[in-house]
Amino acid sequence: MIRIENLVKRYGSKYALDGISLNIDKGEVVGFLGPNGAGKSTTMNIITGYLSASSGNVYINGVELLSDPIGVKTMIGYLPEQPPLYVDMTVREYLNFVFDLKRCEYSRKKHIDEICSVVKIADVQNRVIRNLSKGYKQRVGIAQALIGNPPIIIFDEPTVGLDPKEIIEIRSLIRKLGEKHTVILSSHILSEVQVICDRIVIIDSGRIIADKPTEELARVAGRNKRFNAKIAGPAREVIAAVKEIAGVKSIEATGENDNGAYSFVIEADANTDIRRALFETLAALSFPMLGLEEVNASLEDIFISIVDSKFESESEATGARAAWDDADSDI
Amino acid sequence: MSAIFKREMLSYFTGAIGYVFIAVFLALTGGVFGVCTLFMGKQSSVSLFFTVMLFIYGIIVPLLTMKSFSEERKTRTEQLLLTSPVSLTGMVMGKFFSAYSMFAGSFVLSCINFYTLFRYGTPNVAVLVSYCIGILLIGAAYVAIGLFISALTENQLIAAIATIGTLIVMLVMSFVNQYIDFYPVRFILSWISIYSRFSNFTFGILDISSLLYYFSICFIFLFLTVRVYEKRRWS
Repeated sequence: MIRIENLVKRYGSKYALDGISLNIDKGEVVGFLGPNGAGKSTTMNIITGYLSASSGNVYINGVELLSDPIGVKTMIGYLPEQPPLYVDMTVREYLNFVFDLKRCEYSRKKHIDEICSVVKIADVQNRVIRNLSKGYKQRVGIAQALIGNPPIIIFDEPTVGLDPKEIIEIRSLIRKLGEKHTVILSSHILSEVQVICDRIVIIDSGRIIADKPTEELARVAGRNKRFNAKIAGPAREVIAAVKEIAGVKSIEATGENDNGAYSFVIEADANTDIRRALFETLAALSFPMLGLEEVNASLEDIFISIVDSKFESESEATGARAAWDDADSDI
Repeated sequence: MSAIFKREMLSYFTGAIGYVFIAVFLALTGGVFGVCTLFMGKQSSVSLFFTVMLFIYGIIVPLLTMKSFSEERKTRTEQLLLTSPVSLTGMVMGKFFSAYSMFAGSFVLSCINFYTLFRYGTPNVAVLVSYCIGILLIGAAYVAIGLFISALTENQLIAAIATIGTLIVMLVMSFVNQYIDFYPVRFILSWISIYSRFSNFTFGILDISSLLYYFSICFIFLFLTVRVYEKRRWS
């Protein structure tokens, strides 16, 4: 459905994208994950034809983007980071305008009514967009992307700036859209893409550093479990005792609380549950445990573990190549 | 293109700017017309009126064009236009025709002033008609220049002031010309000047070269506006 080949975008000497290649099949829901400035939006802007790449190609349904820009654009609905709303229009006027702009061949009223009920904006149709809340504006932005029923929908950070209730609603809406459309979405929140997407592409400094199905990525990220613990007792002795527990990889004191209690970060193997052993050890030494909480892997952790594992596999590969070269030279 | 045209027209009239523009346009035209013909010697000659209006249009046309592209860029709505199945030329022409319709519409409304000439005098119809055609073409050139400058900046105010400045400079160039002794410079300046070509209409002649000149200015600046967008996509 979407094939991206070696996309490069240069601003002067700075590379915003440095060789992105990607294949997205029909019906996939793909999440672009990465810190701000990683190149997620740039990639999306190139796919939608807003920017041109310095080099590389984008094929949509086998059609090269630049050979038929207008044809390709009819196949893509796009919600940019900032929804492109004309705030002086009413929602209905705006959607009518987008309908004309995209030269849709559906029956106008039925199509727009349908979309309004899908994104739940039917009740604000006659209000001026300027006066809507951020969540509603975002919905109108999504409605705009859906007009013309494009097979591909691209959302750039669709939940930024929304309140928690709105975030949940927008996420479930996107998941629902994923049943009928090919969806690309970007985010810098790991849990968000995990919930919505089948496949996660991690982009950092203009390169793809991981491209995996969601479960597989979760496994990579979940090799270590991390706990925040609050334990009353002398720090040095606590550390010595906890280190002895099977499965604990490291423990670090992060600060002293009141009454001689310390905060610790404990890193443990994901396959062993250390919580019981931890409790029993501390109880035996009568160091009361005042709190224990498991910390979910953050984007940062996932980055580190992916970069680490990449580094390991690369060094293995170079090692193998060196051996191979040695063998070669023997002959 | 028609979608963009419709939206632009709607936006002129949902906000105040469309009404304000028409009101100011008609008030200024009426005032200047009164002063130039009725009060100053009660003449039915319109050349002074059109000369003054040439400058006034140079000041009020930028009000129409200032936000055409700069506002889209500032509010990021251009992302919708540029990712929709519309060509850049279609987008620019949609904007051009909407702003030009406002200008031409107001101008046609203001033609009611000429009634007094026919009622109380005997104006030269050929001169009047050739002036009107000239003004309509110059208006198109003004709008095109305004759109081009609006595409260069995010700031409406800068777009407006820069457009007014550019238009005034293009107008007064031929006056400055009288003080330049060096012939080649004078030739080039008078070639660029909007005003020096306008004087041909005084004689009621539909000077093809002048018409072509205004038409080319309009075309060149619309073309440049398309190029600005093309270039921005690549840089």
